[in-house]
Amino acid sequence: MSVATISPIPVAVASTPMVRPSLQAIGLTKEYGTVRAVENLTFTVGRGEIVGFLGPNGAGKSTTMRIFAGLLSATSGRAYVAGIPVASAPDEAKRHLGFMPEMNPLPDEMRVLEYLRFRAKLKEIPRRKITARVDVAMELCGLQHKSRRKIIGTLSKGFRQRVGIADAILAEPEVILMDEPTIGLDPKQILDIRRLIDSLRGRLTVLISSHILAEIEACCDRVMIINQGRLVAAGTTPNLRREFFPRTEWRLRLKGDPAALDQLLPGVAAGLRVVVCSAPDAESFVEVRLEGPANNPDLGENILAALMQHPGWRIREFAQVEPGLEQIFLAATKQGDEPLSPLIRRSK
Amino acid sequence: MRHYPLLLAHELRMLAVSVATYSAAFLFLILMGLIYFLVLNGYNSQVETDPPMAQYFQLFFFPVFFVVPLLTMKSLAEERRHGTLEAMLTTPASTLEIVLAKYTAAYLFYIGLWALTLVFPYITLWFLHGVRTDSPLHDTASIAGGFLFVSASGLLYIALGIFASSLTRNTLVAGMLSFSMLFVLIIAGYWLTKLQLQDTWFIHAQAVIDYLQTFRQLEDFSRGIVDTRPFFLYASNTILVLGLTTLVVESRATA
Repeated sequence: MSVATISPIPVAVASTPMVRPSLQAIGLTKEYGTVRAVENLTFTVGRGEIVGFLGPNGAGKSTTMRIFAGLLSATSGRAYVAGIPVASAPDEAKRHLGFMPEMNPLPDEMRVLEYLRFRAKLKEIPRRKITARVDVAMELCGLQHKSRRKIIGTLSKGFRQRVGIADAILAEPEVILMDEPTIGLDPKQILDIRRLIDSLRGRLTVLISSHILAEIEACCDRVMIINQGRLVAAGTTPNLRREFFPRTEWRLRLKGDPAALDQLLPGVAAGLRVVVCSAPDAESFVEVRLEGPANNPDLGENILAALMQHPGWRIREFAQVEPGLEQIFLAATKQGDEPLSPLIRRSK
Repeated sequence: MRHYPLLLAHELRMLAVSVATYSAAFLFLILMGLIYFLVLNGYNSQVETDPPMAQYFQLFFFPVFFVVPLLTMKSLAEERRHGTLEAMLTTPASTLEIVLAKYTAAYLFYIGLWALTLVFPYITLWFLHGVRTDSPLHDTASIAGGFLFVSASGLLYIALGIFASSLTRNTLVAGMLSFSMLFVLIIAGYWLTKLQLQDTWFIHAQAVIDYLQTFRQLEDFSRGIVDTRPFFLYASNTILVLGLTTLVVESRATA
């Protein structure tokens, strides 16, 4: 009996598998002289996750990625790739990592196939598997047919990016870091790269830095936002939306006297109010922005029901306004500019 | 060092497909052909004691000053400028392997170029049908000795070129740095002894300067006298310079 009451906790703990993160930064700091590019950065990226790494120019994204890739040494803190410390075992960490640097440097004189074969050998892929791995990477990146034997220097920007991604996934590493993979691409090429990244979901851990927030929102499981070297936000887009925009906003286009809304809204919900009201347009419709508490999921229906009961109003449009990643990014980086931002504590 | 053969093969392949390689080879062979022609021409006008190939190797520094910078200035500087060195460093290949592969490829090419010039005496013999086979034109001792010296000194000269290339992203600056270092190394010792300084420090340093005298070493080698000390000098300094290059590349990459 005594055994039965005591044993469950240790047994439960022992049976729970330890999930090792694919990427882990603990108090990572990088200083260039007096400039602190990355400051006390702590985060983890789980296996199979696709994570967007956002921040304004000079925020420390590339520096962080280069520390993970073993190209830079951190001033303090620790970085782990697949559980391997980058500082003390860089060669072993590199075996679990595929890195596509910003601007994607490639040798212009080599052919695509020749380059990927060379990289495969350099990444210690067994000789008998090289052909198969190169073929798989080229197939995934859409290089198999037209571009296979082309000289890299003659490829378009989009195809060069594909070669960079093919190189990064070639050795089937656990982690792939992509620094601005869609920079300079046209919308179709961006869509192709997004599909490609989508195809890696669940198989590889991907950390992507980009300025194209719509892309990140579309293809990433969650995002991390850094500003001035510090992590200012981390989480899924809906979670960040709740964190940075604690109030819900609605957009309303109506014909009638908007002043009457001031009397109507407090009766629907406490704290519900008009925040912006435009001048009447050619058809005498005004656009009104309403703001209310976020904790009531039925509030939108209640507002609409109350508006419909008003005899003199014509309602053309009523919609909840959801701030996108762009607004979240701006809110996070704006607040992150302030010293001792409460956001860091909040995101933790 | 498991990546070294792969990297070396890659470097040699890159040299083979580069137009600059063939331009450098063409310029080198034209210049060396001209030098050999002028040496032979000198025999027409006056009596010479040294065999032609001994005189030919005495002028080895002319091509060294331009071929070594041309061969090495791009090696690391351009790769750093394009970011391809960074891409290489994200693989398990070590910095030392990368530096050694670049060095070996450049050195093999340099030696290959010199080896091509060894046919000059035989081409001359082919044209001058009546010349005796034991004529000083193809004095084996001076040919072998001169080539041995060029091979030994080339170890260090190429290493200096690679080192210069590691210091900057600009190929032109790398070339000028390489030229300056070679100039100081080859010419400075010679001029210091010519100055006949009487300072105490100079008298003490005389032995060291004599030891470093490139032309004195060459004089011995081109007469077929092979001394092991220059081998030690060039090999040890090559190791030192390549070690420094590796440190520079590593520190620049991880700074």
